[in-house]
Amino acid sequence: MKRLLSVALAITLSVSAVHAENVLRWASQGDAMTMDPHAQNEGQTRTFAQQVEDALINRQPDLTKVPGLAVSWKLVDPKTWEFKLRPNVKFHDGRPFTSDDVVFSFKRAQMPTSDLRDLIASVADVVAVDPLTVRILTKTPDPILLDEITTIFIMSRGWAEEHKVTVPQNYGNGEETYAVRHANGTGPFKLESRDPDVRTLMIKNPDWWGLKDQPHNIDRIIYTPIKNQATRVAALLSGELDFVLDPPVQDLARIESSGGFQVERAASPWTIFLGMDAGRKELLTSSVKGKNPFADIRVRKAMNMAVDVNAITQRILRGLGQPAGNVVPPGVYGYDPSIDVHLPFDPDGAKKLLTEAGYPQGFDVRLDCPNDRYLNDEPTCQAVVGMLARVGVKVTLDLKPRTLHMPRVQHKESDFYMLGWGTDTTDAHNHLSFLGLPTSIWNGTEYTDQKLFDLINGMASEIDKPKRDAMIKEASTRLREAYTYVPLYHPLLAWATRKGVKVPITLDNMPHFAYARFTN
Amino acid sequence: MSNQTAHRNYLWSRFRASPIAMTSAALTVLIVGGAILAPLLASQNPFDPAALNLANSLLPPSWLPGSDPHFLLGSDDQGRDMLSALLYGSRISLLVGFGAVIFAAVIGVTIGLVAGYAGGWVDALAMRLADVQLTIPAILIALMVDGLARATLPQETHDAVAIYVLIFSIGIADWPQYARVVRAATAVQKTLAYVSAARVMGVSSPRIVLTHILPNVLTSVMVLATLGLALAVISEATLSFLGVGMPPTAPSLGTLIRIGNNFLFSGEWWITLFPSLTLVLLALAVNMLGDWLRDALNPKLK
Amino acid sequence: MARHILRRLIQAAAVMGLATLVAFLLFNYVGDPVSNMLGQEASRESREALRAHLGLNDSFVVQFARFSIHAVKGDFGTSYRLQRPVADLIAERLPATAELVLVSALFAVGLGVALGIFTAIRRNSWLGQTVLAVSLIGISLPTFVIGIGLIYLFSVILGWLPSFGRGDVVHIGWWTTGFLTASGLKALILPGITLGLYQMAFILRLVRAEMLDVLGADYIRTARAMGLRETTINAKYALKNAALPVITIIGLKLGELIAFSIVTETVFQWPGMGLLFIQAVSFADVPIMAAYLFMVAFVFVTINVLVDLLYVALDPRLRSREEAA
Repeated sequence: MKRLLSVALAITLSVSAVHAENVLRWASQGDAMTMDPHAQNEGQTRTFAQQVEDALINRQPDLTKVPGLAVSWKLVDPKTWEFKLRPNVKFHDGRPFTSDDVVFSFKRAQMPTSDLRDLIASVADVVAVDPLTVRILTKTPDPILLDEITTIFIMSRGWAEEHKVTVPQNYGNGEETYAVRHANGTGPFKLESRDPDVRTLMIKNPDWWGLKDQPHNIDRIIYTPIKNQATRVAALLSGELDFVLDPPVQDLARIESSGGFQVERAASPWTIFLGMDAGRKELLTSSVKGKNPFADIRVRKAMNMAVDVNAITQRILRGLGQPAGNVVPPGVYGYDPSIDVHLPFDPDGAKKLLTEAGYPQGFDVRLDCPNDRYLNDEPTCQAVVGMLARVGVKVTLDLKPRTLHMPRVQHKESDFYMLGWGTDTTDAHNHLSFLGLPTSIWNGTEYTDQKLFDLINGMASEIDKPKRDAMIKEASTRLREAYTYVPLYHPLLAWATRKGVKVPITLDNMPHFAYARFTN
Repeated sequence: MSNQTAHRNYLWSRFRASPIAMTSAALTVLIVGGAILAPLLASQNPFDPAALNLANSLLPPSWLPGSDPHFLLGSDDQGRDMLSALLYGSRISLLVGFGAVIFAAVIGVTIGLVAGYAGGWVDALAMRLADVQLTIPAILIALMVDGLARATLPQETHDAVAIYVLIFSIGIADWPQYARVVRAATAVQKTLAYVSAARVMGVSSPRIVLTHILPNVLTSVMVLATLGLALAVISEATLSFLGVGMPPTAPSLGTLIRIGNNFLFSGEWWITLFPSLTLVLLALAVNMLGDWLRDALNPKLK
Repeated sequence: MARHILRRLIQAAAVMGLATLVAFLLFNYVGDPVSNMLGQEASRESREALRAHLGLNDSFVVQFARFSIHAVKGDFGTSYRLQRPVADLIAERLPATAELVLVSALFAVGLGVALGIFTAIRRNSWLGQTVLAVSLIGISLPTFVIGIGLIYLFSVILGWLPSFGRGDVVHIGWWTTGFLTASGLKALILPGITLGLYQMAFILRLVRAEMLDVLGADYIRTARAMGLRETTINAKYALKNAALPVITIIGLKLGELIAFSIVTETVFQWPGMGLLFIQAVSFADVPIMAAYLFMVAFVFVTINVLVDLLYVALDPRLRSREEAA
């Protein structure tokens, strides 16, 4: 008994000693889906990955590219990039980092169960020239390869082989692998413990190669997912959190006025939109049989006209969003404000179009929405239900947590769904290919337009800049005017921090804690 | 018969003498009446998505600056009139409450009567069943039933049957209380002279039970039902708060509180305060009424 | 007495059997376990192979027997959502819920019994009346409203107590405890009160009613007439006799604490079994639901048997009657 007590006391002491360190406690509404860096291309999942792992080229908070595990790169010929790797880098488990790990990681990210394979679809091969040199060979010249590879995190081949995780976790099938709760990278923080839905603990990697240029003073990071908005704000206001990624919009004024906190805002290259399945013969959730209302462009156009995006951004988002007219958001290369204009709100015009299309009484359909993913996603979807009801479209709302919502979009089991797309590459090609091409699992519209496909595929390898710009513009316009999407808004970011902690806002809404600082 | 009339008169005079009983009765009548007459009293139908307009969202109550007289108690983030939402929300909450209580009482009284009158192995079986049922709290049964419904039904159907799922799962947990009380009373009544006399005269068992025994156990059932109503309304609110009750497009009081909870810190206090207050007042009034009724009917305390 | 205990144990076994059957039905017939494990794209052959491997082609009785054996061993398969063995998840979350329920039970029983006795003895004092009135509000307030109110007052406005989580915990073997750290203890206060308040008010009213019943009984009047001291009467006779029904009800109420910990854990983001379960419900994560049902049924049954035994031990009439029979 005595021994037990003294053990307990010792543990207590070591626990309280923790407070002398700089512990960054942060929260947001949902947890990362997996720790496997290649299994899911989803914001929160990648946020976790980028603390632990590095890519060949990293991004700064303003999204400019900086050397990561590669120190320099050059184009050897139009289809070959050569990268010189950073010497003397070690993985968290002590294994040395070499070109072999790069080759392994790229091959892994190209496997069928990888969610990143579309991002590096242009990559034909990756070869190690020597331990500190790799070459990436592309099928065609790829003008945005350097942007694309910022998403490919580098794992250790030795570690992956030891733990039998050489193949990415098959997330859709609910596979459990060692990599789901463990990670081994070269990044600024080590994954110490991972308890999904409860708490994730990361500790400083004292041997991080970037420490001399980025001498951060964060010793530990504790992440707690807090779904309940009120609890999240209460925890921040009562000093139990240092950083909240997604403070509820309605509480920003309160947070700022209560002193001791600051809210940083920035435009983000994201678009939140609704997708309609235009390709299916018959909708799964509508009583309209034998035909698909969304196959008719007049119906899709009417859906766009019936939604009042200004009301949504002003009332639901309280100004923390910009009305969207196109899925390509500002801040992305190829963005064109002239086509980012939502169709004028016109319920009468929408009704007329629906009548012309043969639905004078409207029709019914189910709208699938996440309730823990985007800024005020649940109230936004509710408002959309009301707006569509006024033109006769009777919508049943199905709200699901993100981990259930995303697979149904990916499996094309949804007729009408909410989705958001940020940027992986800061190039419009990313949005257009993921949301326009039929091969993308994130495109649930099943819409066919060969000309559009050709344009999107063409811009992937077009090196002539003016020509490529024109292709982006034409593709964006074509996709917009197909009206398969109802673009809703480009969210503004708002991050809340306790004063004394600085977390520089990253435009892709994925905090990079190596850039964060305790200032007192 | 005259005995019952006297009893009624006695109850009435006691009621008039008790300010607590009168106040809680008045409050209950007010809320129940508002709920029944909701379609007539409410300025909009908050369950009809087409009736809501975002332009009217987040209006404060009418006595505050920036309000709109059409929205007496203000509006929520969807432009839902709070007063209408309260009226319709209480309607759903009370519908579930009454439904659950009636469901529980009918099952419980039937089992209690049969067990008490028949005795023997029927009695033993029924009471063991009640024991088993009593060990599992209502909220857990409700969550299980809802989980089952969610896993087996598509969303459209699930939303449509949500209210029945609630009534069933809250009601099913409560029947043993009625069964126990009724069984005990029946077992006593059975031995009384007038019942034996009726039996000797050849009156059939079901008839004896219905005409002689049932009326005499009804007062105890009334007390249980009143207290049960408050509990059922709270259970419904709890389940809706957990997100497994009524959907946000047809909000009950519990759903309204869950939504309003998001506005706890933002200054729009009316979205959460009014539904919470309505729920607490309703539960309190019904509880006080039940308490008073129990004391008034308890011969020991006369 | 032995017969009484035996009967109770048989009854307990019956309840467990029933709970296992429901858990089994949930597990096997709600959602297709094969699709859940293999996904949509799997071929027919691999489906059939997995069916055979899982023994899904066996008879109902064989399958149920196998499920029961697994359940007794604590093997409930793998969570669909978290992709981890359910037994591990439950084991991780169990300490959080157990400590929360323990704290609220102590609070509810301790304060409830004390105030119940107080309001019964001081029936007509204004303090007794006030306590009684407040207790009525206590049973009319839904748990979640109490929780939110307490967070607002004590975490946000006053800043005294944490609003979520368990604080720092200490690992002792596989158990984690919040009792050994200051932040862990502080984190227990608000959720403990939130969970216990309803039961406290309920127990208060129950104890008061039973005490009043007993105090009105003939033998107390006799004792009083004999000139025994009031405190002796209250402590020795009244309380002892009021204790029996109170104990039975408290046993049932402990079960309710476990059920309502679901609500409290949701409000306070308390990483216990309740939070695990409520998330499983919204994800239709059947293995966790089945396991939770089994676990909770087991705890309920255990509590009930213990209460029964205590009852027999305390009630001399029951004891002698059973022995005579």
